[in-house]
Amino acid sequence: MSQLTVPEAGYTGYVSEEHHHDYAGDTLLGFWIYIMSDCILFASLFATYAVLSTSFAGMITPKELFDLNFVAVETALLLFSSFTFGMAMLGAQKKNMTQLMLWLGITFAMGAGFLAMELYEFWHFTHEGAGYFTSAYWSAFYALVGTHGLHVFAGMLWMVILVVHLLKDGITDTNFTRLSCLSLFWHFLDIIWICVFSLVYLMGVM
Amino acid sequence: MGAHTDTHGGAAHGSVKEYIWGLIWSVVLTAVPFGMVMAGGFENGLTLVVILLCAIAQVFVQLIFFLHMNTSSEQIWNTVSAVFIVLIVVIVVLGSIWIMNHLNHNMLMGH
Amino acid sequence: MANKATIVTDPHPIFGKLTWDSIPYHDPIILTTFLVVVMIGVGVVGAILYYGKLRYLWDEWLTSVDHKKIGIMYIIAAFIMLIRGFSDALLMRSQQALAVSDTSGVGYLPPEHYDQIFTAHGVIMIFFVAMPLIVGLMNLVVPLQIGARDVAFPFLNSLSFWLFVVGAMLVNASLFVGEFAATGWLAYPPLSGLEYSPWVGVDYWLWALQISGIGTLLSGVNFFVTIIRMRAPGMSLMKMPVFTWTSLCANVLIILAFPILTVTITLLTLDRYIGTNFFTNDLGGNQMMYVNLVWAWGHPEVYILMLPAFGIFSEVTATFSRKRLFGYTSLVWATACIMVLSFMVWLHHFFTMGAGASVNAFFGIATMIISIPTGVKIFNWLFTMYKGRVRFDSPMWWTASFIITFTIGGVTGVMLAIPAASFVLHNSLFLVAHFHNVIIGGALFGYFAGLTYWFPKATGFKLNETLGKWACALWTIGFFMAFMPLYVLGFMGMTRRLNYYDNPVWNDWLLVAGAGALIVLLAICVQFYQIFASIRDRKKNLDLTGDPWDARTLEWATSSPPPFYNFARTPEVRDRDQFHFMKEHNLAYKQPESYSRIHMPKNTWAGIVIGLLSGVMGFAMIWHIWWLAIVSTAAMLISFIVYNFQKGKDYYVEVDEIVALENEHFAKVAQATDASEDGEYSVRQRGTPLSMPA
Repeated sequence: MSQLTVPEAGYTGYVSEEHHHDYAGDTLLGFWIYIMSDCILFASLFATYAVLSTSFAGMITPKELFDLNFVAVETALLLFSSFTFGMAMLGAQKKNMTQLMLWLGITFAMGAGFLAMELYEFWHFTHEGAGYFTSAYWSAFYALVGTHGLHVFAGMLWMVILVVHLLKDGITDTNFTRLSCLSLFWHFLDIIWICVFSLVYLMGVM
Repeated sequence: MGAHTDTHGGAAHGSVKEYIWGLIWSVVLTAVPFGMVMAGGFENGLTLVVILLCAIAQVFVQLIFFLHMNTSSEQIWNTVSAVFIVLIVVIVVLGSIWIMNHLNHNMLMGH
Repeated sequence: MANKATIVTDPHPIFGKLTWDSIPYHDPIILTTFLVVVMIGVGVVGAILYYGKLRYLWDEWLTSVDHKKIGIMYIIAAFIMLIRGFSDALLMRSQQALAVSDTSGVGYLPPEHYDQIFTAHGVIMIFFVAMPLIVGLMNLVVPLQIGARDVAFPFLNSLSFWLFVVGAMLVNASLFVGEFAATGWLAYPPLSGLEYSPWVGVDYWLWALQISGIGTLLSGVNFFVTIIRMRAPGMSLMKMPVFTWTSLCANVLIILAFPILTVTITLLTLDRYIGTNFFTNDLGGNQMMYVNLVWAWGHPEVYILMLPAFGIFSEVTATFSRKRLFGYTSLVWATACIMVLSFMVWLHHFFTMGAGASVNAFFGIATMIISIPTGVKIFNWLFTMYKGRVRFDSPMWWTASFIITFTIGGVTGVMLAIPAASFVLHNSLFLVAHFHNVIIGGALFGYFAGLTYWFPKATGFKLNETLGKWACALWTIGFFMAFMPLYVLGFMGMTRRLNYYDNPVWNDWLLVAGAGALIVLLAICVQFYQIFASIRDRKKNLDLTGDPWDARTLEWATSSPPPFYNFARTPEVRDRDQFHFMKEHNLAYKQPESYSRIHMPKNTWAGIVIGLLSGVMGFAMIWHIWWLAIVSTAAMLISFIVYNFQKGKDYYVEVDEIVALENEHFAKVAQATDASEDGEYSVRQRGTPLSMPA
């Protein structure tokens, strides 16, 4: 048994004192890993979109419909909301409820604005003859952009629930952990949107 | 544990300065590709490269300034998992495109 | 079966597509099965009520967040589903043994029924037998191996389990209400599209997989965080037991692969429900993209099933060879290599689709490369046994059988990795033989080895050894008889999924295969009898010390079954084989002088409630009962929010309770020492004298 090192005196095989476990750390890592798996989910949708990107089946093409000015405003809303969520987090760190709520409110409004624009865009495209059923390309477009929109909606729903938590209990450790997870989620959605506007909209009109 | 001081589970916190820098970079890296495409007149290949480079750069901006990713030991699993995910995303996306392009070519799809 | 009368194209506002014709009461096989299931169900429920055990069941099991209980429930569910999946196998083998035109006509199963049977067989065996067996074993063992008190997210663990149960129940419901998919286990479009599968079979498939797949994804995240963050102090990554390592890699694969499945079947769902054109024949749809995506998930899935089995064999081989595992580091790296490479080989499932020589060459070579780390592992086990004092208890029987069987399966896999050979052999019974060879001879034998090995840890008594060896022998013989003929038939040109053929030359081989299936049936009966006999005779097989096999890793350092908090004091790890290390240094079986209170999660209603509501949602979606789908989805969301706002989800176990439980355990250890004069593996023989504190 030469490989076995001899333990020091006093070693019992058990820790001498039980330590408190960092549960918040588990939650944050777990949520991060969930986000990583969500990356793969979007990657699959991007792959589908890329493969079907020329499958117009003789129907209307994105070049005829995409309006970059419109997309630029959508993008600005989401980009600034990423910043405002950051400011909300700084408020939470300082335990400043007013700052937190104010910035969270602005973030929510921007998210709502983004979502409203996206829904209008979908309605408009469908009206112009590019519904999700029109061709494989448009199916892939709606699936990709719509899944992102659905995530934004989920984030906003979560924000509402979190505000109730915050109003009930204040900025407790648990609520701060929840807020940190939502912050990860919100920034992640921004990252996905960067890929969406670059690969779908910008390349779509080229 | 004090939530405002700890960096538990690898979620580090930023500062106002960091967020503002992040915002400025994001705006620039969004404006450049949008401007290029909207202005038109650039060679397609060049525009494509700029769009992709700006997108990649902006993803990094988001990760560093907004998500505060770094290689400290508390964050190591976040960073390692992110790098690994990028690898798999690249394999799945590029692999699918490669396979399906060859297939479409051989099957004369779209011809 | 689906016909004009049963397929409803304009769903009723209340009942959706559901009509009296949806129930196949005119089919004698299904009717008989249904009656038997109802009788068993009534019997079980009646017994529970008669003995007043409903409260106990709810409090101690159904709402439990204890990883050991959830693990046991996974395994029980897997065995129930094994009966269903294996019945399908017997139906197929008997149909193929009979259905040759010259002798006995077309057999007894019409095509539309036969097609559902082979689809259900594949889906059940992969998703509802193999997956729950391995997730169950991970639940049972991983937290114990790393010295943790539970998983990182106990509620999510319970939810994962119930989502899996709901998926399994939907598949079973399809037998009696409506139909199951008749498309093959991966439901390729356009066959699985609305045009060619207009009724509910594919919808059952979609929702069963979607719901249980989300459960699996949650499990993957849960176990990843558990292994990364909850290891006992001192257990660095390279001191982790091999089963924990392979589980970690399998969970990484779950996290990476299952979102692809989610997307793929969501897109097919959209095609079927709202008329998108991802995989349709017209308007630019591309069915090959489905095949591409589904295998980008499917190949990693193979390794999700395989890797933990490799871990089990490593634990078993080291324990029963009474040696350290040979080449631990190489084994860990081989596992990590497989984890990455498993994402680079998916095209080998569709070499013949037409992607061309360059693509096929790349994926063919990548597939051959992945066999190298797998081969490394075989040598790890062989060299561990070499010069060990190998003890042939039944887990070791499974291991020995595995090494031979799996090597054959691996070799035929490398054959299929050659694109040119694949063009000849694809879609033939050679392929069917190959994947059964690796999944039965590799994964399933591993799970059986693990079940036998860890059974005493879960229950406190060992399984009957003689019956276990019989089961292993019969499984092995039955397996070879059932599947070696299929290799031959593959070479003879017989394609898979035939319910009828007119080549009498094939019949002899199919009769042999059918006989093999009967031997496997015998093996499964022996296994069920083994469990029954072991429970009946448990007094003879008691594991008093918590270490019935003279094993090496941390899960054996606590009692069998472990207390709900697993370890009264958190272990501090110094060695890869920590428990062996403790035994060597006379540290094992010594009661600590003091305890402190332990923080534990409370049981919760939320997992089972949200899980069952997802089942209602799935059923409503399958039958287009929109109001019910909306109501149940809203109910799920509300339940989740209510749970989210609930306070006091954890509590402290007080020292008195711990002391009582631990005293009981150490009294049993003392009892084992006293009785060890004629015991086979006694505490004393291992040279670990006890000194009990007063």
